[in-house]
Amino acid sequence: MAKKKDLSKATPWISAIGLFVIWELIVRIFNIPVYILPTPSESIMVGWDFRGAIWMHAVHTLYTTLAGFAIAVVFGVVLGALVGSSKAVYDAANPLLVGFNSVPKVALVPVLVMWFGIGTVPAIITAFLISFFPIVVNVATGLATLEPELRDVLRSLGATRRDILVKVGFPRAMPYFFASLKVAITLAFVGSVISETVASNLGVGYLMLSASSKFNMPLVFAGLLVIAVMGIAMYELFNIIERRSTKWANRGNPTN
Amino acid sequence: MTAVSKSFVELDNVRLRYSEGDDLALETTNMKINKGEFIAVVGPSGCGKSSLLKLVSGLMPPSEGTVIVDNKEVSGPLKIVGMAFQNPTLLPWRTTLDNVLLPMEIVKPHRNRLRKHRTEYEDRARKLLASVGLAGHEDKYPWELSGGMQQRASLCRSLIHEPDLLMLDEPFGALDAFTREELWDILQNLWMVRPFTVILVTHDLREAAYLADTIYVMSKRPGTILVQRENTLPRPRDQETTFTQPFTDLVHELRSHIRDVRAA
Repeated sequence: MAKKKDLSKATPWISAIGLFVIWELIVRIFNIPVYILPTPSESIMVGWDFRGAIWMHAVHTLYTTLAGFAIAVVFGVVLGALVGSSKAVYDAANPLLVGFNSVPKVALVPVLVMWFGIGTVPAIITAFLISFFPIVVNVATGLATLEPELRDVLRSLGATRRDILVKVGFPRAMPYFFASLKVAITLAFVGSVISETVASNLGVGYLMLSASSKFNMPLVFAGLLVIAVMGIAMYELFNIIERRSTKWANRGNPTN
Repeated sequence: MTAVSKSFVELDNVRLRYSEGDDLALETTNMKINKGEFIAVVGPSGCGKSSLLKLVSGLMPPSEGTVIVDNKEVSGPLKIVGMAFQNPTLLPWRTTLDNVLLPMEIVKPHRNRLRKHRTEYEDRARKLLASVGLAGHEDKYPWELSGGMQQRASLCRSLIHEPDLLMLDEPFGALDAFTREELWDILQNLWMVRPFTVILVTHDLREAAYLADTIYVMSKRPGTILVQRENTLPRPRDQETTFTQPFTDLVHELRSHIRDVRAA
């Protein structure tokens, strides 16, 4: 039993290292030139050489992403609560939301630059715009899927709409909400890096763009790896928060 | 006091369609239920039994006719009704005790007193849980309880605020036969200690014969009451009652009514 557990803990590391090994081998066997695809070992070494710059840009990207994400959480919860608890708001907001979500956010960056100038502000807003949608949808779903029988029980006790929302709606929506945070945080990285790439002189996105203009492909890939690592770390963080705060919803597979 | 009618619940020429232009869900229905009476409604599935509950509890307005409860015409959800369904609908993030206390957080005047008199209310909930055999399970979560235990907790939740009117919509339908009959006894005991008016919707004819004072047989959709049968079997009824001749005769009689209804 203990062995099996150790193995399942090691699986993600094995698969990640395996991916790097295959990547390394393919590049070496087919002799792919470094300006097309560098080996992971080269990328990591170059990344280490540039660690000061990468650290500075990565911290900035993380800050930008988290700022956009924080706005998305507040906005998403409020809008999700409105959409999920009122049929009228749902009908009114749904086509707008879907339409808005279909617009590629990269197309909005130039607009944001016109409004706010180059730099951090458009990156924060892009991160927000790209990541609020799943939060709205999940919070709304959590609220809207209340069993009708339970609603009848509460209404026949004289419960107001607010009572039902507070006593049942919100607690019920929590697992949906936390699940959406995991998706939203990774999307927020996509948003901030896109904006940094197009219109900024700070952040990992900018770092990668300037590296590629100098044909420094290992540094570009080092940037990609840093983004991936930050994304995994944030995803894991929200995964842990989710499991801690909604134990009752994960009763099928005990977490300890 | 003006022209006080004796009955606690009265349906006067009630008809129901779910929306304008729809076919009738409930054909002209008249009912009189006394205070403290235990009635059962049986009938084929889809005959509008559950709609009847919604009408009486004010969750749905009648399309025609009037529903009167406690001498007042029902015009919105009554605020004093206890309800239990086939699905126990307990809240998974609350312990059994907190689930049972849920109505106290909503019903006036308890909702304003609950915080200050928490222990008093908890004792009351613990007593009620003990009376249905759930002592020692108060701090467990619903998923740690068996189906029968969840249904007992659900029954406690519907009774904790001592409602005058209890609505049961096939509450024991999903349970095994032994658990079901155990819960019949539990419900009968609770009701005999403090008589409240019960409307039980079921398609288990033995259940109706075991529990009810009066049994109503409903027709196919659009449902209406075809037979009103008094049940004078002595109380408390127990396992032995179900093997006596009058009990089996009653079940037989109800069965033949249902057969006629289904054939019609």
